Amino acid sequence: MTDFTPYSALVGGIIIGLSVVFYFFTTGRLAGISGIFENAITNSVNRFSNLFFLLGLVVGPLLYYNVIAPKVSIAFNITDSYTLIILGGLLVGFGTRLGGGCTSGHGICGIGRLSTSSIIATVIFVATGMLTVTILQQFGIYL
Amino acid sequence: MSDKLISLLSGIIFGIGLVISGMTNPEKVLSFLSISHSWSAEYKWDYSLIFVMGGAIITAAPFFYFLKNKEVSSLGLKISLPAKQDIDKKLVIGASLFGVGWGLVGFCPGPAISAIAVFDPIVIVFLVSMAVGVLVKQNIIK
Repeated sequence: MTDFTPYSALVGGIIIGLSVVFYFFTTGRLAGISGIFENAITNSVNRFSNLFFLLGLVVGPLLYYNVIAPKVSIAFNITDSYTLIILGGLLVGFGTRLGGGCTSGHGICGIGRLSTSSIIATVIFVATGMLTVTILQQFGIYL
Repeated sequence: MSDKLISLLSGIIFGIGLVISGMTNPEKVLSFLSISHSWSAEYKWDYSLIFVMGGAIITAAPFFYFLKNKEVSSLGLKISLPAKQDIDKKLVIGASLFGVGWGLVGFCPGPAISAIAVFDPIVIVFLVSMAVGVLVKQNIIK
Protein backbone atom coordinates (compact mmCIF):
# COMPACT_ATOMS: atom_id res chain seq x y z
CA MET A 1 0.00 0.00 0.00
CA THR A 2 1.27 3.46 -0.87
CA ASP A 3 1.14 6.70 1.10
CA PHE A 4 -1.31 9.52 0.49
CA THR A 5 0.49 12.21 -1.55
CA PRO A 6 -1.99 15.01 -2.23
CA TYR A 7 0.49 17.68 -3.38
CA SER A 8 2.31 15.69 -6.06
CA ALA A 9 -1.05 14.24 -7.11
CA LEU A 10 -2.53 17.70 -7.55
CA VAL A 11 0.52 19.06 -9.40
CA GLY A 12 0.56 16.02 -11.71
CA GLY A 13 -3.18 16.36 -12.27
CA ILE A 14 -2.86 20.06 -13.20
CA ILE A 15 -0.10 19.20 -15.69
CA ILE A 16 -2.32 16.50 -17.23
CA GLY A 17 -5.12 19.07 -17.41
CA LEU A 18 -2.82 21.54 -19.20
CA SER A 19 -1.89 18.87 -21.72
CA VAL A 20 -5.59 18.17 -22.38
CA VAL A 21 -6.26 21.90 -22.86
CA PHE A 22 -3.22 22.42 -25.11
CA TYR A 23 -4.13 19.40 -27.26
CA PHE A 24 -7.75 20.46 -27.57
CA PHE A 25 -6.97 24.11 -28.28
CA THR A 26 -4.50 23.26 -31.05
CA THR A 27 -5.91 20.13 -32.68
CA GLY A 28 -9.58 20.33 -31.72
CA ARG A 29 -9.45 16.75 -30.46
CA LEU A 30 -9.99 15.37 -26.97
CA ALA A 31 -7.08 13.66 -25.26
CA GLY A 32 -8.81 10.38 -24.44
CA ILE A 33 -6.00 7.87 -24.38
CA SER A 34 -8.02 4.74 -25.15
CA GLY A 35 -9.39 6.43 -28.29
CA ILE A 36 -5.92 7.65 -29.29
CA PHE A 37 -4.61 4.11 -28.75
CA GLU A 38 -7.37 2.64 -30.92
CA ASN A 39 -6.71 5.15 -33.71
CA ALA A 40 -2.97 4.52 -33.50
CA ILE A 41 -3.23 0.75 -33.89
CA THR A 42 -5.85 0.81 -36.64
CA ASN A 43 -5.94 2.50 -40.00
CA SER A 44 -7.54 5.80 -39.02
CA VAL A 45 -7.39 9.36 -40.33
CA ASN A 46 -5.12 10.68 -37.61
CA ARG A 47 -3.12 7.51 -37.19
CA PHE A 48 0.34 9.06 -37.21
CA SER A 49 -0.57 12.03 -35.03
CA ASN A 50 -2.02 9.59 -32.53
CA LEU A 51 1.12 7.45 -32.67
CA PHE A 52 3.13 10.59 -31.90
CA PHE A 53 0.93 11.27 -28.88
CA LEU A 54 1.62 7.75 -27.58
CA LEU A 55 5.33 8.22 -28.24
CA GLY A 56 5.15 11.41 -26.15
CA LEU A 57 3.54 9.44 -23.30
CA VAL A 58 6.73 7.34 -23.16
CA VAL A 59 9.20 10.18 -23.84
CA GLY A 60 7.67 12.31 -21.04
CA PRO A 61 8.54 9.86 -18.23
CA LEU A 62 11.97 9.18 -19.77
CA LEU A 63 12.69 12.92 -19.77
CA TYR A 64 11.43 13.22 -16.22
CA TYR A 65 13.54 10.40 -14.80
CA ASN A 66 16.69 11.18 -16.79
CA VAL A 67 16.74 14.95 -17.26
CA ILE A 68 14.19 16.84 -15.16
CA ALA A 69 14.51 14.91 -11.89
CA PRO A 70 17.32 12.35 -12.26
CA LYS A 71 17.54 11.86 -8.49
CA VAL A 72 13.96 10.68 -8.18
CA SER A 73 13.77 6.90 -7.99
CA ILE A 74 11.16 5.15 -10.09
CA ALA A 75 8.26 3.91 -7.97
CA PHE A 76 6.88 0.94 -9.84
CA ASN A 77 5.32 -2.18 -8.42
CA ILE A 78 3.18 -4.48 -10.54
CA THR A 79 1.72 -7.97 -10.18
CA ASP A 80 3.88 -10.84 -11.46
CA SER A 81 0.83 -12.89 -12.44
CA TYR A 82 0.55 -13.21 -16.21
CA THR A 83 -3.04 -14.39 -15.78
CA LEU A 84 -3.99 -11.08 -14.16
CA ILE A 85 -1.94 -9.07 -16.68
CA ILE A 86 -3.45 -10.71 -19.77
CA LEU A 87 -7.01 -10.76 -18.45
CA GLY A 88 -6.64 -7.17 -17.22
CA GLY A 89 -5.25 -5.98 -20.56
CA LEU A 90 -8.03 -7.64 -22.56
CA LEU A 91 -10.74 -6.17 -20.33
CA VAL A 92 -9.21 -2.66 -20.33
CA GLY A 93 -8.90 -2.68 -24.14
CA PHE A 94 -12.35 -4.13 -24.79
CA GLY A 95 -14.16 -2.26 -22.00
CA THR A 96 -12.78 1.22 -22.73
CA ARG A 97 -13.72 1.01 -26.41
CA LEU A 98 -17.16 -0.48 -25.74
CA GLY A 99 -17.85 2.16 -23.10
CA GLY A 100 -16.38 4.94 -25.25
CA GLY A 101 -13.57 6.08 -22.96
CA CYS A 102 -11.19 5.54 -20.07
CA THR A 103 -9.94 7.53 -17.11
CA SER A 104 -8.82 10.38 -19.37
CA GLY A 105 -11.61 10.38 -21.96
CA HIS A 106 -14.54 9.98 -19.56
CA GLY A 107 -12.87 10.87 -16.26
CA ILE A 108 -11.05 14.07 -17.26
CA CYS A 109 -12.34 15.31 -20.64
CA GLY A 110 -15.91 14.08 -20.17
CA ILE A 111 -16.37 15.28 -16.60
CA GLY A 112 -14.55 18.52 -17.57
CA ARG A 113 -17.26 19.03 -20.18
CA LEU A 114 -19.96 18.13 -17.65
CA SER A 115 -21.12 15.17 -19.73
CA THR A 116 -23.69 13.12 -17.85
CA SER A 117 -22.74 9.88 -19.60
CA SER A 118 -19.06 10.38 -18.71
CA ILE A 119 -19.89 11.05 -15.06
CA ILE A 120 -21.93 7.83 -14.98
CA ALA A 121 -19.20 5.86 -16.78
CA THR A 122 -16.58 7.11 -14.30
CA VAL A 123 -18.69 6.20 -11.28
CA ILE A 124 -19.21 2.72 -12.79
CA PHE A 125 -15.55 1.94 -13.56
CA VAL A 126 -14.33 3.23 -10.21
CA ALA A 127 -17.00 1.11 -8.49
CA THR A 128 -16.25 -2.11 -10.41
CA GLY A 129 -12.51 -1.46 -9.94
CA MET A 130 -12.98 -1.18 -6.18
CA LEU A 131 -15.19 -4.27 -6.15
CA THR A 132 -12.58 -6.25 -8.12
CA VAL A 133 -9.76 -5.29 -5.75
CA THR A 134 -11.93 -6.18 -2.75
CA ILE A 135 -12.81 -9.60 -4.22
CA LEU A 136 -9.16 -10.36 -5.08
CA GLN A 137 -8.21 -9.52 -1.51
CA GLN A 138 -10.81 -11.98 -0.22
CA PHE A 139 -8.84 -14.65 -2.08
CA GLY A 140 -5.62 -13.41 -0.54
CA ILE A 141 -4.43 -11.75 -3.74
CA TYR A 142 -2.65 -8.52 -2.85
CA LEU A 143 -0.09 -6.70 -4.93
CA MET B 1 3.64 23.64 -35.58
CA SER B 2 2.36 20.58 -37.25
CA ASP B 3 -0.33 18.29 -35.92
CA LYS B 4 2.22 15.53 -35.30
CA LEU B 5 4.61 17.77 -33.36
CA ILE B 6 1.73 19.14 -31.27
CA SER B 7 0.58 15.57 -30.56
CA LEU B 8 4.07 14.55 -29.49
CA LEU B 9 4.37 17.59 -27.22
CA SER B 10 0.92 16.99 -25.69
CA GLY B 11 1.86 13.38 -25.03
CA ILE B 12 5.12 14.42 -23.38
CA ILE B 13 3.34 16.90 -21.07
CA PHE B 14 0.66 14.32 -20.29
CA GLY B 15 3.31 11.68 -19.53
CA ILE B 16 5.25 13.99 -17.22
CA GLY B 17 2.00 14.78 -15.40
CA LEU B 18 1.30 11.06 -15.01
CA VAL B 19 4.74 10.36 -13.54
CA ILE B 20 4.60 13.29 -11.10
CA SER B 21 1.10 12.26 -10.03
CA GLY B 22 2.36 8.76 -9.21
CA MET B 23 -0.28 7.09 -11.39
CA THR B 24 2.26 5.22 -13.53
CA ASN B 25 2.76 2.97 -10.50
CA PRO B 26 0.03 0.27 -10.48
CA GLU B 27 0.43 -0.10 -6.70
CA LYS B 28 -0.62 3.54 -6.28
CA VAL B 29 -3.78 3.00 -8.29
CA LEU B 30 -4.61 -0.25 -6.49
CA SER B 31 -4.13 1.53 -3.15
CA PHE B 32 -6.87 3.91 -4.23
CA LEU B 33 -9.15 1.12 -5.45
CA SER B 34 -8.49 -0.81 -2.25
CA ILE B 35 -11.26 1.04 -0.46
CA SER B 36 -11.97 -1.76 1.99
CA HIS B 37 -8.62 -0.97 3.56
CA SER B 38 -9.92 2.38 4.69
CA TRP B 39 -12.11 0.50 7.16
CA SER B 40 -9.18 -1.13 8.89
CA ALA B 41 -7.05 0.63 11.45
CA GLU B 42 -3.68 -0.56 10.12
CA TYR B 43 -3.91 1.00 6.69
CA LYS B 44 -4.61 4.51 5.57
CA TRP B 45 -6.54 4.81 2.35
CA ASP B 46 -4.42 6.47 -0.38
CA TYR B 47 -6.94 8.56 -2.28
CA SER B 48 -4.32 10.61 -4.17
CA LEU B 49 -6.02 9.58 -7.45
CA ILE B 50 -8.96 11.85 -6.59
CA PHE B 51 -6.53 14.79 -6.43
CA VAL B 52 -5.05 13.83 -9.81
CA MET B 53 -8.43 13.69 -11.51
CA GLY B 54 -9.66 16.73 -9.61
CA GLY B 55 -6.61 18.80 -10.57
CA ALA B 56 -6.95 17.83 -14.22
CA ILE B 57 -10.71 18.45 -14.35
CA ILE B 58 -10.53 21.83 -12.61
CA THR B 59 -7.74 22.92 -14.98
CA ALA B 60 -9.48 21.76 -18.15
CA ALA B 61 -13.15 22.55 -17.39
CA PRO B 62 -13.01 26.38 -17.78
CA PHE B 63 -11.25 26.03 -21.13
CA PHE B 64 -13.81 23.52 -22.38
CA TYR B 65 -16.54 25.91 -21.27
CA PHE B 66 -15.11 28.94 -23.06
CA LEU B 67 -14.09 27.03 -26.17
CA LYS B 68 -17.30 25.05 -26.49
CA ASN B 69 -18.72 27.11 -29.36
CA LYS B 70 -15.50 27.25 -31.35
CA GLU B 71 -15.64 25.35 -34.61
CA VAL B 72 -12.01 25.50 -35.69
CA SER B 73 -8.92 24.91 -33.57
CA SER B 74 -5.87 27.19 -33.54
CA LEU B 75 -4.19 24.89 -36.08
CA GLY B 76 -7.20 25.38 -38.31
CA LEU B 77 -8.52 21.87 -37.72
CA LYS B 78 -12.20 21.12 -37.33
CA ILE B 79 -13.15 20.70 -33.69
CA SER B 80 -14.67 17.28 -33.30
CA LEU B 81 -16.44 16.85 -30.01
CA PRO B 82 -18.16 13.53 -29.46
CA ALA B 83 -21.91 13.57 -29.95
CA LYS B 84 -23.96 13.30 -26.80
CA GLN B 85 -23.47 9.69 -25.74
CA ASP B 86 -26.49 7.65 -24.73
CA ILE B 87 -26.45 6.02 -21.36
CA ASP B 88 -27.03 2.61 -22.82
CA LYS B 89 -25.99 -1.03 -22.37
CA LYS B 90 -22.69 -0.43 -24.18
CA LEU B 91 -21.68 2.37 -21.85
CA VAL B 92 -22.64 0.47 -18.70
CA ILE B 93 -21.12 -2.88 -19.72
CA GLY B 94 -18.01 -1.27 -21.24
CA ALA B 95 -17.30 0.89 -18.19
CA SER B 96 -17.95 -2.10 -15.89
CA LEU B 97 -15.52 -4.37 -17.75
CA PHE B 98 -12.91 -1.64 -17.94
CA GLY B 99 -13.18 -1.18 -14.16
CA VAL B 100 -12.66 -4.91 -13.59
CA GLY B 101 -9.51 -4.91 -15.76
CA TRP B 102 -8.30 -1.74 -14.02
CA GLY B 103 -8.76 -3.42 -10.64
CA LEU B 104 -6.98 -6.63 -11.69
CA VAL B 105 -3.72 -4.84 -12.58
CA GLY B 106 -3.91 -1.16 -11.62
CA PHE B 107 -3.35 0.02 -15.18
CA CYS B 108 -5.58 2.18 -17.34
CA PRO B 109 -4.46 2.99 -20.91
CA GLY B 110 -2.41 6.17 -20.29
CA PRO B 111 -0.25 4.92 -17.39
CA ALA B 112 0.18 1.53 -19.11
CA ILE B 113 1.71 3.23 -22.16
CA SER B 114 3.85 5.59 -20.07
CA ALA B 115 5.12 2.58 -18.08
CA ILE B 116 7.03 1.43 -21.17
CA ALA B 117 9.61 3.87 -19.78
CA VAL B 118 10.39 1.55 -16.85
CA PHE B 119 11.51 -1.23 -19.24
CA ASP B 120 9.63 -4.09 -17.57
CA PRO B 121 8.58 -6.71 -20.18
CA ILE B 122 5.33 -7.42 -18.32
CA VAL B 123 4.14 -3.94 -19.37
CA ILE B 124 4.43 -5.01 -23.00
CA VAL B 125 2.37 -8.15 -22.29
CA PHE B 126 -0.32 -5.88 -20.83
CA LEU B 127 -0.25 -3.55 -23.85
CA VAL B 128 -0.47 -6.39 -26.36
CA SER B 129 -3.45 -7.81 -24.45
CA MET B 130 -5.02 -4.36 -24.41
CA ALA B 131 -4.55 -4.03 -28.18
CA VAL B 132 -6.18 -7.45 -28.67
CA GLY B 133 -9.11 -6.29 -26.51
CA VAL B 134 -9.52 -3.16 -28.67
CA LEU B 135 -9.40 -5.17 -31.91
CA VAL B 136 -11.85 -7.78 -30.61
CA LYS B 137 -14.29 -5.01 -29.74
CA GLN B 138 -13.81 -3.40 -33.15
CA ASN B 139 -14.47 -6.63 -34.99
CA ILE B 140 -17.46 -7.96 -33.10
CA ILE B 141 -19.37 -4.78 -32.23
CA LYS B 142 -19.85 -2.02 -34.74
